[in-house]
Formats: sequence, structure tokens, C-alpha cells
Amino acid sequence: MARQPVRRARTNGTKSEAKSATRSATKGATKSTAESTTRGTAKRPANTAAKSPAKSSKKGRARSPARRTAKSRSAAETGTRSATSGPSDRVLQELHLRMARIRKFEEAAGGLMEDGKIPGALHLYVGQEAVASGIMQHLSDEDQITSTHRGHGHLIAKGGAFPEMFAELFGKASGYCKGKGGSMHISNMSLGMLGANGIVGGGPPIAMGAAFSNKFRGTDRVAVCFFGDGASNEGSFHEAANMASLYKLPCIFVCENNGYGEYTAQENHQAIRDVADRAAGYGMPGVVVDGMDVMAVYEAAGEAIDRARRGDGPSLLEAKTYRFFDHVGMRGMGLTYRSDEELEAWRRKDALLSFEAMLLDMGVMTKRKLTSFYKKLDEELAAAIQFAEASPFPDPSELLEDVYSVA
Amino acid sequence: MEKAKQQPRSITYVAAITEGVRAILNEQDNAFVAGEDVAGAGSVFGYYRGLLAEFGENRLFDTPISEKAIMGLGVGAAATGCRPIIDIMFMDFIAECMDEVTNQLAKMRYMFGGAATLPVTVLTMSGGGMNMAAQHSQCLEAWLAHLPGVKVVMPATPYDAKGLVIAAARDNNPVFVVLNKLSLGIRGEVPEEVYEVPIGKANVVREGSNYTIVAVSRMVHEAVKAADELAGLGLDAEVIDVRSIQPLDTALIIKSVEKTHRALVVHEAVRFGGIGGEIAAQIQELAFDHLDAPVARVGAPFSPVPFSPVLEATYMPNAAKIVAEVRKTLEI
Repeated sequence: MARQPVRRARTNGTKSEAKSATRSATKGATKSTAESTTRGTAKRPANTAAKSPAKSSKKGRARSPARRTAKSRSAAETGTRSATSGPSDRVLQELHLRMARIRKFEEAAGGLMEDGKIPGALHLYVGQEAVASGIMQHLSDEDQITSTHRGHGHLIAKGGAFPEMFAELFGKASGYCKGKGGSMHISNMSLGMLGANGIVGGGPPIAMGAAFSNKFRGTDRVAVCFFGDGASNEGSFHEAANMASLYKLPCIFVCENNGYGEYTAQENHQAIRDVADRAAGYGMPGVVVDGMDVMAVYEAAGEAIDRARRGDGPSLLEAKTYRFFDHVGMRGMGLTYRSDEELEAWRRKDALLSFEAMLLDMGVMTKRKLTSFYKKLDEELAAAIQFAEASPFPDPSELLEDVYSVA
Repeated sequence: MEKAKQQPRSITYVAAITEGVRAILNEQDNAFVAGEDVAGAGSVFGYYRGLLAEFGENRLFDTPISEKAIMGLGVGAAATGCRPIIDIMFMDFIAECMDEVTNQLAKMRYMFGGAATLPVTVLTMSGGGMNMAAQHSQCLEAWLAHLPGVKVVMPATPYDAKGLVIAAARDNNPVFVVLNKLSLGIRGEVPEEVYEVPIGKANVVREGSNYTIVAVSRMVHEAVKAADELAGLGLDAEVIDVRSIQPLDTALIIKSVEKTHRALVVHEAVRFGGIGGEIAAQIQELAFDHLDAPVARVGAPFSPVPFSPVLEATYMPNAAKIVAEVRKTLEI
């Protein structure tokens, strides 16, 4: 049975409600004083796509969207719960920026892997951009995430810089992990990104531990755990969910259900359709959201994250999504485990393209701005790749460094 | 040890563990104890008893029976600023969380290029001899010592139990403190003050001139008994308590073998693939020219730990087996 892209949305507001509310709210908001103020004073996202790639390539350290602390978040930026106020233009632009950065990075990285320039295996995030972007829009550097083997998108959305990311994928000393982690372990502790993870189901217990730490240390930080439908069958997820709920930890479990555990379709690896159903077993809310709709993800994530910050405990958010490329790389292994028709059906729901169409329709984005935006993004990518290629490999003498802390 | 002699006070191994944990909870605000039955029950072995009343439920708390989550809690909390003391009740249960140990705890620092620091202390109970059968009696320390990124210490005495718990909790790396059930009631001199036993330093517990017995955990006491017996055969055996198997104090062992020219390694774990094989290999690599006899090994037979007292008694390494192995090797 082909995996159908359109599924019921079971958020507090349905997908269509959320979207129409957003549209009308945002359109209507041009007349609202509060929203106009936000628009008028809205700064460009602290992204480097808008900056000179020359500057960002070496010193500039391309910081992606919204590296800011929770303190600086205003109600206008996060508020989508009121029917009369939608997200500000700035939020919409940042969501778009995060998604576009992921898309372009992954396409470039995939190409470099297929060309044999990047060693090892890359699991590309293309298709799932709305999930990481909609969630990370609510997080600061002090909030933590754990990621998966398909982790580049999470790091980019969390603020990862292209040069250090490419350098890591190339195995260079200037990479985020000094070339010791690579794609499957890419991380950045100062951005609160506790690592991609080569073990399916490796993340949930760690995220739960970070959430515990946040509570133990008396902060209002949250930890978000990304995992797939495949990982929802691992015992680690269930143990972490139970403990997070028992201790009311500020932990958000985000299942990116892309329909496949590696090459095995969901219907062949679990007897349920909605992973969110499993939340009931742990006494936490379980929400299904259209993972191809960044506004729906953003809204549902806001609810779950606010709940966690309030001290009301964890949630399970399931985003129905799809990977446009294969399990590994772009071309994949030529396995016929899913049909062209199915892929096409999901590609028609492309989260980035449909969001761009919406932004154009709303007037938040113009075609000219979009062209110039992508031109700059391409330049930034090219500079980052150049930085990575020009960087030295680690010295062999570094092999045994970092096994232990010597401090 | 000098300080211990200044104020002699004899307490049990189990009480020494309690003192070590108490010292850490007093000195480190970001330390906590998490595990099964650690708070209300004070651990089924009793070594946290009294600490809940002293430090409160935020510092010691009972977890569900979920080793993956318990170990993951340690990893995630340590990576974000805490210094967790994680309790895995029986060492056998580490099998439940070997992913968290092997693929996360041991490797996170390296994979992240040194950006993550994981000051996790794991207390866990090993060993047979109490008729607890195959799943509550194992000595699996070789699994852990094989993992770059973790340290493994195995105290044999009350003094070392307290000092190694404190050293482990002050260390900025994951350290497994592998305790031993039959040692819980052993008494020994333990100073009241807070002190560390350095991780990675072995200890000569009995000096000798012509035979070296390298012993792990409780086998230290069996080795001392064996040395007394061997004296009757004209052997003057030196007994080394390794105390830490990762890192291993190879230098001290080699120094002893260079003096005695003969060595035996003993541990309670299954002999095949046990840490004794590594120690024996290092001795022959580094002191081959000094050896007058093959390096002997004593460990448990290649069998699960049996339940029946008769079978278990047959299974367990002890002083008699050490003596027999020495006699066989030296043909005396």
C-alpha cells in the first residue's frame, strides 16, 4: 500500500484551521497596531544568508537564524495561539530561512557525497525540513536537542554554521567535531545540539537526561528529542518517555514519521499508524501534525514547548513527513521499496515550496527577494565548501586526543 | 595509608561506600544519585542507607526499573552540567543499557571532538558466592575495560572503596566503580576524613621476592591467603591489588615481575577473555626476558554462574585454585 501524504491532522487546531488562521491573522495583522509595530521594527533574522558570503566564510561563521536567548523572545514572535494574532513576518521569514538553509545544504552535501568528495555515508534530511524548522523556531541555544542519524537539518535549524558543518562532513580538523564525528555524530554543545546519533533510538534517554538536568539545575530550559518511526520501536524511547513523564521533565519527544525505518515501511514494522498513540501509555499528550506544513509544526511545537517550560511535563509530537532522497545519499541503493508515484505525491507537498508560495501570496516575500535570497545562499554555500575543502585534515597525532578529559 | 594509621578506625566495605558518596554529595551541589531503590531503600546492599534523610529526595531518587533510561539520564545530565552518580544495582543489569554505555557514554566526548565532558560515576555490584545464580553474580568488568572513554575501578578493601568512590566522582570522565558482594562485610581501617585513592594506581598489598600474584577485586584476599600457603612451598609471593583495570598500572606490575620473574593473574570473572589475558599479555610483552615461567591465569570456568551451592563453590576461583595453578605452572 502506498504511503499517502495527506493524513488527518490531530493538533489542537487542525492543519487547515491553523493555516487559514495564520493567513487571515497575518493578513489582518497589517492593520493591528501591535502587529504593525512588530513588522515595522522587525529586524532581519540574524542569518548570514543575508550577509556577504565572503564575510561569513571565514570569520563570519555563518550563524543561521535566530541565535537568541529565550529572554529576547516576545509574545509576538511565539504567539500563534490567539486567533487574532499570527506569527510576525520575522518568524515567517526565519522559518523559511531555516528550511531553505537545510534544503540547500543537504542538496550540496548529497552531491559532494555522490561525487566521492565526502567520505562515508550521509543521511539527508531533504523533505523533512518543516519539522526541524518549526520546532527550532521556539528554542534558544540553551535549550538542548538530541538528533538522529539524519541530523544535519536539526543542527542547521539550531544555528549550525555551514563552514564548520561541511568541514566536519569532509573529516577536516576545522569541523565541529575536529573531524572525529562526521555526519552521524555532528554536534555543537554551545548550540545545545547534543549530537546526531548513529544508533537508532540513541537520543531519547539522553534528551530525557538533559531535561532532568534542566529541572535539577532550576532552569526553564527544555530538551527536544528527535527520532523516527523506526526508533519508536526501540526500548530506549519507551523507557525515556516513561521516566520523563514520571518526573514531569521538560522534554518534548518529536517523532519524525517518514514512513520508513531504513527500507522497511511503517506498516511492516509496527501495528499502529500513529506513533502519537503511544503517548497515552505514558500519560502525556500525543499530537499528530502534518510535517509538511511548517506552520502546523510551529504551532503544535509551541504548545508542547510552552507546556514543558511551565513545568507541566513532556509531550509526544508526531510529524507525518517524508524523505525525498533515499535512506543513504541521494541516489540510494536502487532498492524498489517505495514507488515513484508515492514519492511524487509527497514531493507535491514539498514543505519549502508550499511555504514559499504562501509567503509570496501573503506578500511577506517577493519573487525578486527570493531570487536574491537564494543567490546569496548559494554564495554562502560555495564559500563554506571552499573553506572545508581548503581546511587541513586532522594531524595523525590527534588520534588519541579527546578519548578522555585530562582536566 | 599513613593517615589511616594515625586514627585507626575499622569500618565495613559497605559503610566505606556510604562515606564516599556522602563526601561527594556534601562537596558537589550538582551531584545526585539515581537508580533503582537507591533512595527509600538505601540500595538493596545498604550503601546509601541514611543518605536520603541527610540530603533529601532531590539528591537521591528512585528510578523505574529502566536501565537504558537510568544510564541515559546520566549521559544527558552530565553533558549539561550535572555530576550524576548512577547506580546499576547488579552488574548483570548493565546488559540492559549497553548501548547507552558503549555507544553514548564512552564515545560522546571523542565523537564531539572533546566538546562534551561526562563526569558520570556508575556504582554497580558484581560477583558470585551468594547463590544468586547466573543473572545476579557476574563479573563483566572486561566488557567495560574494553571501551575507550571509560575508566573502571574495582576496590577490594574498605579503604579503597571510599577513596575510589571519591576519586571517581571527582573525575571528569565516566568511571565505573565495580563493587563486590562478598566484600560488603569486610572490615578495614578507613580514615574519617575525605581522601582519594588515585585511579590507575595499583597497590602492593604483600611484598615478596620470587613470585607475583596480580589480583582483581575480592581475589586480592584469596591471593593473600594463597601467598601464605605458598610460603610453605618456599615461595615468597608478592600480591598486587590492581585496584583499577582501566587504566591499568602496568608499570607497577612489570616492576614486580622484573623482581620476582614469575607471575599469576587472578580474577573472579570467566577466565576466557577476562582482563587477566590482557595483563598476562602485557607482562610477556614488556618483561619477557625476565620471566622464568609462563604467566599463569586463574579465573572462573567457561560457564554461567551456577545456582546450587555445591556447583557454585566448584565454580568460584579461590586461594586453593591459585595455589594449585602455581604448583602446576612451576611443577612443584
